[in-house]
Amino acid sequence: MSMHARNRTILAGATALAAALTLAACGGGSDTGGATGDAGDDIAVAAGDDSCDVAKADLDAGTHRFTVTNGGSKVTEFYVYADGDRVMGEVENIAPGVARELLVQLPAGDYETACKPGMIGDGIRSTLTVSGDAPSLSQDETLAQAGTDYQRYVQSQTGALVEQTTAFVNAVKAGDVAGAKALYPVARTYWERIEPVAESFGDLDPIIDGREGDQAEGEDFTGFHRLEQALWQTGDVSAMGPYADQLLTNVQEIATRANDVQLDPLQLANGAKALLDEIANGKITGEEDRYSHTDLWDFAANLEGSQAAVQALRPYLAENDADLVAEIDDRFAATGQELAQYRSGDGWTSYDQLTEEQLRGLSDSITALTGSVSQVAAVVAQR
Amino acid sequence: MTSDASRDPRRAGLSRRRFFGLAGAGTAGVLAAGAAGGVIGHATAADPTAAGTAAATDAVPFTGDHQAGIVTPAQDRLHFVAFDVITDSRDDLVEMLQAWTAAARRMTAGQDAGPVGAVDGGQYAPPDDTGEAIGLPASGLTLTIGFGPTLFTAADGTDRFGIAGRRPEPLAELPSFPGDALDPARSGGDLCVQACANDPQVAVHAVRNLSRLGAGVVSVRWSQLGFGRTSSTSSAQATPRNLFGFKDGTDNLKSENGSAVERFVWVADGDPGADWLAGGSYVVTRRIRMRIEPWDTSTLAEQEQTIGRTKGAGAPLGQQAEFDPVDFTVRAGTGPAIPENSHVFLAHPTNSGTAILRRGYSFVDGSDGLGRLDAGLFFIAYERNPETGFVQVQKNLRMDAMNEYIQHTSSAVFACPPGISGPDDWWGRALFS
Ligand code: HEM
Repeated sequence: MSMHARNRTILAGATALAAALTLAACGGGSDTGGATGDAGDDIAVAAGDDSCDVAKADLDAGTHRFTVTNGGSKVTEFYVYADGDRVMGEVENIAPGVARELLVQLPAGDYETACKPGMIGDGIRSTLTVSGDAPSLSQDETLAQAGTDYQRYVQSQTGALVEQTTAFVNAVKAGDVAGAKALYPVARTYWERIEPVAESFGDLDPIIDGREGDQAEGEDFTGFHRLEQALWQTGDVSAMGPYADQLLTNVQEIATRANDVQLDPLQLANGAKALLDEIANGKITGEEDRYSHTDLWDFAANLEGSQAAVQALRPYLAENDADLVAEIDDRFAATGQELAQYRSGDGWTSYDQLTEEQLRGLSDSITALTGSVSQVAAVVAQR
Repeated sequence: MTSDASRDPRRAGLSRRRFFGLAGAGTAGVLAAGAAGGVIGHATAADPTAAGTAAATDAVPFTGDHQAGIVTPAQDRLHFVAFDVITDSRDDLVEMLQAWTAAARRMTAGQDAGPVGAVDGGQYAPPDDTGEAIGLPASGLTLTIGFGPTLFTAADGTDRFGIAGRRPEPLAELPSFPGDALDPARSGGDLCVQACANDPQVAVHAVRNLSRLGAGVVSVRWSQLGFGRTSSTSSAQATPRNLFGFKDGTDNLKSENGSAVERFVWVADGDPGADWLAGGSYVVTRRIRMRIEPWDTSTLAEQEQTIGRTKGAGAPLGQQAEFDPVDFTVRAGTGPAIPENSHVFLAHPTNSGTAILRRGYSFVDGSDGLGRLDAGLFFIAYERNPETGFVQVQKNLRMDAMNEYIQHTSSAVFACPPGISGPDDWWGRALFS
């Protein structure tokens, strides 16, 4: 079947398979979109810097509303994961003191919830058991669901991207160099998680994410890396106002466009692989963030984005190539462990602090993971 | 490569992806009895057409008592690669060795690395062969595997794969020698593969595909390209020259000299580790940088005195022709014709008390920042025991006049198991069973 032909009737269909929708990702609205089912309950999540208390651990199948309140001092995120960290729903970018809602459709099964204070790592996890209906889907429906799930993921990322880029740009314009430096890798995290989607807009990508020297003759050096250069090289951002404004405008534009992107399963598979290639080509080499050396932030974000894309396909893959799923799980875990060694405080070790030997360990794990993820497309294409 | 089948000219140039049914007996182990008498005496090349005249495009049989690539007439090109094993899973390692064996079996026969091939698979899967050897003949490709000491016991002392107890005692890190300037990043390794072929693209293709198949299990630690074999391992081969401009390999152990090869190259029953290593050998590799510019400005006399042979014919000093016997009693003027600090004097079995099979290649890795060629000899020696092979010779070279012109920059040692016996055999089977 053509995945392009898929439309919202599947989402809102009587099977109640509606995609989980994040309510709050884009700034606290409560529009439930096309979600069906009642969200009668309201499950409180108390998120702290070291805690993540979810009021209920057992639920009935259906749509549920989680209200996540960040009582900690760090920006946090909240996820509901199915097997293999398949994202069922998530809220990004919950600032300290803020409460946000997540509306998520959960068929019967075993899940995990996670808060991610500081936005990095595996998060603070709890199990969540959902009992009742576990509808069986046809393979085509499963694949369609993957596209829908991933689209929702993209939407929540772009929402957070706009918010964090706004904060970053404001800091630059206020001349707050320290604040801007802290926000730079955070804003980029949301960009890097969905990079292949963003890059599909060939006109915007170079002016948002181009590196110095990539411009054609007569073109100006703009975007994230222009501001990065000013922040880290000279520390003088007094002339950066126009670049900051332009960056935000372009990011807003890309967010709008990305939200309409419909990805077919093959594009998902290729996108997952492309994110790993991003790591191999730009992050392992330290080329991406050559002034700030925050490459490991981008590394982690690419990895998360790749995993989100692959895991969206998981139910289909599990049915068609369980060995591959097991191998991919192992290798995402291995890469995650390799990377976890370089956690530093609330962030990551600076790229220029890594030894050749350490980079090689990261590179080896990415090579292995890429080898496995590159097999996904053929499994999906069988359909 | 002495059988008629392996010389059938119709097979030369056959394109990849066609199966070669090889009727020839295994190269390795089929040693013509040359040089009767003296155990080490060199085999004289009486009839150059008698052996080793298989076309450069032919396939070398993959199976045999011994691995191919040791006494196989030295091919023109080398890609040598050392790997670190990056998993602790014995199962994963074994699975990879089996996959490697299958791929090596195919590639040495001139086929694609995987059963599907570079271009015959589906559109959505990465091809199981990388494709750069499409249309190229087997080109004499040999793939020779070796296991390093750290495969048995890791540097931190752990026995990752439950084989620490099976490490033969001679498989140990080499001692350090005066003048060594070893780069650890270019030394050692848990596994090695020596790929030799008459076409560099075929050798590189083989190493690339094995590395690809090993993702997640091994990581390339270092690798070395070589050209212009610097040794003859068969008396049918004309002696090539190394980058000092001298014939190299004249007095090498030759495949035709069966008794010497048995005595000095192959691990025999009763040797340490013979339960899995009998019929195998040890390989020592040394990347030896030549100080090209000082050498090039030294006089011809100095060069010949350094080596102990003439530069033109390659004759031992005091003799006329290349294969005239090395005779240390011949005198020239007041001293011996072959100086006692010359390379040949010190390396010769008479003085070193042993023999090794040399199979090195020249290398030029561009130039260094000072405008000097980064060039030399990637020295490869096969022996029955490193201690009584390479180490013994190298110790004897301590006063070698040549040391002024060379510097050893890498070092490694591996145990190479015996040959693959049949269709179900795989690299390391005896070790891991
Ligand atoms: C860049 C380094 C080296 C160069 C240029 C070099 C060159 C030569 C040359 C020109 C010969 C005479 C031709 C022949 O019989 O093959 C020779 C012989 C020999 N070399 Fe080397 N060699 C090098 C390193 C070594 C090393 C490291 C060893 C062993 C530790 C070694 C062991 C021998 C032996 C055993 C012979 C045969 C001697 C005989 O039986 O007459 N060589 N080498």
